[in-house]
Amino acid sequence: MSDAPAPAIELVAISKSFGPVQANKDVSLSVAAGSIHGIVGENGAGKSTLMSILYGFYEADSGEIRVGGKPVSIRSSADAIAAGIGMVHQHFMLVEPLSVVENVVLGAEGGARLKAGISQARTELARLAQDYGLVIDPDAIVGELSVGLQQRVEILKALYRGAEILILDEPTAVLTPPEADQLFALLRALKAQGKTVILITHKLREIMDATDTVSVMRRGEMIAHVRTAETSPAALAEAMVGRRVLLRVEKAPRQRGRPVLEVAGLSVRDERGVERLSEASLTLHEGEIVGIAGVAGNGQSELLEVLAGLMQPSRGVIRLGGAILNAGDRTPSRLRRLGLMHIPEDRQRMGLVTAFPAAENTILGYHRDPSFGRGPLLSPSRIVAHALAGIEAYDVRPADPTLKTAKFSGGNQQKLVLAREIERAPKVLLVGQPTRGVDIGAIEFIHRRLIALRDAGVAILLVSVELDEVMALSDRILAMCGGRITGERQAETADEKDIGLLMAGVGEAA
Amino acid sequence: MEWVQTIAVILDSAIRLSVPLLCAAMAGLWSERAGVVDIGLEGKMLIAAFASAVVAFSTGSAWAGLGAGILASVLLALVHGFAAITWRGNQIVSGVAINMLAAGLTVILGNAWYGQGGRTPPLEGAARFPDLTLPLAATLRDVPVLGRLYEEAISGHAAPAYLAFLAVLVTAYVLKHTRFGLRLRAVGENPAAVDTAGISVAWLRYGAVIICGALCGLGGTYLAVSQSAGFLPHMIAGKGFIALAAVIFANWRPWPVLGACLLFGVFDAVAIRLQGVIVPGLGQVPVQAIQALPYVLTVILLAGFIGKAVPPRASGLPYVKER
Repeated sequence: MSDAPAPAIELVAISKSFGPVQANKDVSLSVAAGSIHGIVGENGAGKSTLMSILYGFYEADSGEIRVGGKPVSIRSSADAIAAGIGMVHQHFMLVEPLSVVENVVLGAEGGARLKAGISQARTELARLAQDYGLVIDPDAIVGELSVGLQQRVEILKALYRGAEILILDEPTAVLTPPEADQLFALLRALKAQGKTVILITHKLREIMDATDTVSVMRRGEMIAHVRTAETSPAALAEAMVGRRVLLRVEKAPRQRGRPVLEVAGLSVRDERGVERLSEASLTLHEGEIVGIAGVAGNGQSELLEVLAGLMQPSRGVIRLGGAILNAGDRTPSRLRRLGLMHIPEDRQRMGLVTAFPAAENTILGYHRDPSFGRGPLLSPSRIVAHALAGIEAYDVRPADPTLKTAKFSGGNQQKLVLAREIERAPKVLLVGQPTRGVDIGAIEFIHRRLIALRDAGVAILLVSVELDEVMALSDRILAMCGGRITGERQAETADEKDIGLLMAGVGEAA
Repeated sequence: MEWVQTIAVILDSAIRLSVPLLCAAMAGLWSERAGVVDIGLEGKMLIAAFASAVVAFSTGSAWAGLGAGILASVLLALVHGFAAITWRGNQIVSGVAINMLAAGLTVILGNAWYGQGGRTPPLEGAARFPDLTLPLAATLRDVPVLGRLYEEAISGHAAPAYLAFLAVLVTAYVLKHTRFGLRLRAVGENPAAVDTAGISVAWLRYGAVIICGALCGLGGTYLAVSQSAGFLPHMIAGKGFIALAAVIFANWRPWPVLGACLLFGVFDAVAIRLQGVIVPGLGQVPVQAIQALPYVLTVILLAGFIGKAVPPRASGLPYVKER
């Protein structure tokens, strides 16, 4: 151990452009063998592009890659696999109708006929299950597995190919906190076996918990390399954004008013008849933010959509301002007139028509408002004037209402949606993933707006997969798992571990 | 034993009629399981029918005709592959273009070369595939029912017909039990998973498209050089599209595709047999109504009886790696 071994991975002056966008600018990185190395950065900082280059998914425009001290040419994923690099992608690279063992051998079948390769893979899977506790049924159909187990299949695929260097791209985005803890325990076990792990994340807590060293990326450039023990979340956040940021949201104690939205025993079935939301009951008061904590796909989306009138409940009662909403009231346009506004989870698919200019998007859903036109005709000048006011108030950049909406960044698109809904003076605001894919500067802005709205007496229901965001903004937190509300906690006294267990459906309050 | 004879004759005719469907449906299955939608089956069969008839006529060899049919069809399949895989074009548009190209080209060339309104000269002797008598057919014909069906319906078809049935067996085995089959199934569902496993998506899909072309070539050749004695303009008459229906009907699985094609063949055979028959109470049913029967039944079956067809997930989508 006395002589310095060659780093497992060295990237030298890597650059990559997509058209006019420079995703990686002269990036260098060195990762010591047998360590866990974190890479942090905001969305769009170039982390994923850099790792895709290392894995041969994209080719760098210039620069050099060295593995174990030797320069290698990685022009395809096959080259990367041959160099001992394995990758767990953020969106899993699995073939859902195939079985676990078929997914594991894909590309490493060991012969033109499958039989021998499959039986060898079964033996190897049994060994890996024993060594690392990665237990899985080799004949299970991948599409029927939970997300956590699907991720396990991805890791097994890499290990089966003999990966010495494992790259994980935002691995915890889809996991409950207990599952994430399991994953980190596995990474430590891999490290103990001498493997090298590269962990890409935007969650600073994970970096502090799990890594030995960390690199920070910003706008395609490598900003800093530090030992994790010698840094702090605040210092990393500052390096990521390039200025000081407040990690905590400041808010005054709530002034809780009358109940405005009351939901009792609400259930929803999807088009295949599967119950997605079961017996959900909650009450939303004026002047409070109620946050829904849960891993994506546990019924939060359905809760939002049924409350917004986009899905119809199979059972249950919704009261708005004390009056029961019957089927005729549960349409988006009617609900809007009743003061219930909705900021949907997926702004590009449900919140905006990205091919339209920004101005037209600022009146979507309110286009019947007579102030936007004359008789059956719309007045473009009035719409643009209306949009300009919103753009100014919400600091949307560039401040050009005629620009195609797709040309705005994620944060600015979200501000357009926010402006449209909030300006209509909602009584109840449903908010889904308000800061997904939004840069930290805009996150601060959106959070402050939501708090200001709550202080003005609006009842807000917040759904977010970012537990930190739910904890920071909410006055009360409801956890969801498998379509059920599994528990409620007051935000001041809430404990992250405890909520994590509720999200996993265990430790349900008796 | 009159009814045995009737069933044997209908079955024999059903098998004959289902062979072109079976070839085209297997072709479509290969292409679509790899993620390339192909509505150009019709055009490829047409070009194969023409090429095989021309070469069989000029060389006097049915087998040379088969080679030419497969070659022509594979070339057209590669055009589709080039548009759909390399250039990531719209697969429906490319398929339509191939159908139109084949329909026009065959008639123009046929007319220019032979001056018979697009027909090729009639094929005789070794220029056509002879009907083969399977072993023991004569011995077993006296075994009641089964022996009779064997001799009358199973035996006595031309070589390409048996090749078509063999293709089902081979397809089922290759898809399920070989490396190529596993990769092919994977690439039709999630090409990114195949790419990140270090396998070329483009080569896999080209492989599937070439197999698709070869099978269309077999089907087209069978029509021109075995079932008919030469090429007639537009002789495929929608079989390429009925084959696509059979693939959907069978949920993209080889053995059910065989079942679907035989079923459509039986409809066709019954329709032919019903021509001129006087139905009590209705009188003589018009020929057109009888001929429409298979299509009507196809629509009813497709609309009502197949449940939910689940196509390969990446079917019809070009694979784009860069964002």
